[in-house]
Amino acid sequence: MRDKFVVALAVAAGVLLAFNLYRIFLVLPDEALQGAIYRIIFFHVPAAITGMIGYFAALLLSLAYLSFGNFRYDSLAASVVEVSVVFSVVNIVTGSIWARVIWGIWWTWDYRLTSALVCVLIFSGYLMLRRAIDEPTQRARLSAALCVFGCIDVVIVWKSIEWFRTQHPGPVLSIRTGGGRIDPAMEQMLYLNFAAILMIAIALVLIRTRQEATAREIDSLRRIANAA
Amino acid sequence: MDARNFTFMFYGFLAAWLIVLLYVISLARRGARLNRELEQVKQLIGADRASEPARLEDRSR
Repeated sequence: MRDKFVVALAVAAGVLLAFNLYRIFLVLPDEALQGAIYRIIFFHVPAAITGMIGYFAALLLSLAYLSFGNFRYDSLAASVVEVSVVFSVVNIVTGSIWARVIWGIWWTWDYRLTSALVCVLIFSGYLMLRRAIDEPTQRARLSAALCVFGCIDVVIVWKSIEWFRTQHPGPVLSIRTGGGRIDPAMEQMLYLNFAAILMIAIALVLIRTRQEATAREIDSLRRIANAA
Repeated sequence: MDARNFTFMFYGFLAAWLIVLLYVISLARRGARLNRELEQVKQLIGADRASEPARLEDRSR
């Protein structure tokens, strides 16, 4: 049942992506000032939002683990963080390529860019911490605590473009600005591509969660074998 | 500017999909390794259980 759902989700994401790519390249015009390169926004921003939603979900799951002690929350949080880190890396790399054309530089230590990089480093540390600890309860508790503290940086990433006006542009989406900063057709495309990327992320999380369950099963069977 | 613009746009899309593709490959490899490990552990436990009656017989002698 779950396999079928993952396949259905992946197929739906693929169809939506194909439709989006057709519209991105063949229907939408170039942006007046930036030309064709602005199209990176359709992956750069959705990848960032997907990552942030993932970190927020991981925060809730970590708090749920700390409250109830159920290892399923811990496995799900770890899976969500791993997939979120992948999309955050996509966000940073595509942003860097975009910046090379528009700003003339690959990178600058601007508040948004730096906090986003710190976010990736914190959650990469979370994944490394999980590999370093063998004892399941200790691993789950420490990684949940790190996730809770790591999410403070996610808030800084989110709000940095409002708090500090530096190199990175301010908010453009109408849900944050009230409108007028981006063409409605481009914004609609952005949300459609966000839906496709979110579906891919959910499918990846489901696959990763299943692997976590298999790893737990191996662990418990080994304990049984050692005890016998 | 336009040719460079298109080239970098291509790099951007390529980089995005390459990162996701590498992750999917790593996920598939990890899944295969975990399934292999699970089979091995199950076989190990199965072999242990199969040898248990023999051990008991040895002790009774």
